[in-house]
Amino acid sequence: MTVDDHARTLLQVCGLRKAYRTGKTEVVAVDDLSFSLRAGGALGIVGESGSGKTTTARMLIGLERPDAGQILVQGEPLAPTVRGRAARLARAKAVQIVFQDPYLSLDGRITVGATIDGALRLHGLADPAARTARTRELLAQVGLGEREAAALPRKLSGGQRQRAAIARALAVEPAVLVLDEAVSALDVSVQAQVLNLLSDIRRDTGIGLVFVSHDLAVVRYVCDEALVLYRGRTMEHRPVAELLSDPGHPYTQLLLASVPRPDWDPDSISRRRRELGPAAAGGGA
Amino acid sequence: MALLEYENLSIALPGTARPVLDGIDLTVSAGEVVALVGESGSGKSVTARSALGLFPTGAHVDGHVRVDGTEVVGAGPAALRAIRTGTASMIFQDPRAGINPVRRIGDFLTEALRVSNGWSKGRADDRAVELLGAVGLPDPERHLRQYPYELSGGMLQRVMIAAALTAGPRLLLCDEPTTALDVSTQAEIMAILGRLQRERDLGMLLITHDIELAAAVCDRIYVMYAGRIVETAPTAQLFGAPRHPYTAGLLGSSPPLRAPAGPPARLTPIPGSPMGLLDSAPGCSFAARCRSARPGVCDRTPPPLEGHGTALVACHLAESLTATDNTATGEGT
Repeated sequence: MTVDDHARTLLQVCGLRKAYRTGKTEVVAVDDLSFSLRAGGALGIVGESGSGKTTTARMLIGLERPDAGQILVQGEPLAPTVRGRAARLARAKAVQIVFQDPYLSLDGRITVGATIDGALRLHGLADPAARTARTRELLAQVGLGEREAAALPRKLSGGQRQRAAIARALAVEPAVLVLDEAVSALDVSVQAQVLNLLSDIRRDTGIGLVFVSHDLAVVRYVCDEALVLYRGRTMEHRPVAELLSDPGHPYTQLLLASVPRPDWDPDSISRRRRELGPAAAGGGA
Repeated sequence: MALLEYENLSIALPGTARPVLDGIDLTVSAGEVVALVGESGSGKSVTARSALGLFPTGAHVDGHVRVDGTEVVGAGPAALRAIRTGTASMIFQDPRAGINPVRRIGDFLTEALRVSNGWSKGRADDRAVELLGAVGLPDPERHLRQYPYELSGGMLQRVMIAAALTAGPRLLLCDEPTTALDVSTQAEIMAILGRLQRERDLGMLLITHDIELAAAVCDRIYVMYAGRIVETAPTAQLFGAPRHPYTAGLLGSSPPLRAPAGPPARLTPIPGSPMGLLDSAPGCSFAARCRSARPGVCDRTPPPLEGHGTALVACHLAESLTATDNTATGEGT
């Protein structure tokens, strides 16, 4: 890899592993996960419950410590422990996250505008007038105005809250934005608005997106590459259009066949699912 | 006679700006699979619950709901019990919310048979084993002795389907039965529901926010917005040529799974967000979000469902908006 490639690679993940122990049993949530993300790129992490996709997201932002492997953001390793204000701010600047339920990530007692203002202040924007202007700009970028800026999270609709959470994450100007099922709880008409917003943000900012989702159609819309996880192991990692038009791994084929459509045949899907069950777990790529 | 019939059903709650349901007309015949599609707050769950006489507390109810000819609105406890324990059963989104976590699966499944039908424990257990087999659980005898926490969400939803079948109903009300499940588990549950529906010639009303799922399994689809049914048509027609701008908007908002190579075409979302119970609009409640809305026309109450081909549409502009106008903005799949 040349120096230039290094500069353009935002995120590099090598051999990531995380296991959880309950009593004597050990469950490997993520096993030997590797991928890289270039500036302006978008990677979809696709899987069902128990696939390890949320554990991956949590390791990327430092909420879980990997048992093995390394995460490099712009060539710098993500420190396993964060002590002190400077290290915390640097971590926040590397990777930000938007969760499925913005109720749990926005402070319910202060307005959306104040939340964003606080993030800007923490990251060194001292001048209040400049913060106000930047807050307005960030909210405008996600399609929110003065009225929403002055509102508490509970006064906003689900879609507006999720936009506010995205604006808060962008306020930090992170290198990488992780979205963990960030559009899954939205009504389809509102989900489409947020999906268009994400594609605008990609076009305008050059931020790297890690888009964790169970929904293949949504991943196709947002991402250029997708990685299919099953019980912690990578089944397939390819350009998303190729993955969907010509899925190589039987598990990817099953996922794709499971998406409802007019010629849908749930009987054959459940048959294939049973045949595949144990095989897919061992057949990791 | 239809198995399930709503006639001009309206439900109003005190302290809200608009009715929860506003003149619902809907029918499900025996052996028919019908979907009711809508976004959050559209009233689809309230509609389904009404079939069992489960009206919101303090609600003012107008109109009729008939299950197999029996009127539900204003029905006494005996009539409601007969419907709930005999004719109709309901399956909910979250199986864990509907089962007692400290009782065994077997107790849960046999309670109704032993209490309502007076069956012996042995006979009720045999029936429960048979039903668990019918929903495809691998080891029915063992499952009877298990507790809910020992089963996965998909397995527990199968237990709930078995429970819904204990009384041998003719009508199955499914309220987002697969929304909490993984996609491949969803396929499995829908396969089981489909098989049982065909074998037993059940009428089925599927409540879902997922118009693709509705299209995949249903004969006919009703689309609901802000307490009103805005369009109903046979599935193929609704998908191929949506008449109501809201239906077209829903289809245009769903990203297609398979699309031509290259960057995907931009979605055409419906602007704004679904209407809450505290919002009201004079005239058509969708007008504020509608790209085709015309001032002076759409601020009047929309017409009742009117026939346009094999579709029924409640829109002032249904005649002038051709199907092509709508499909040009929506993509479908």
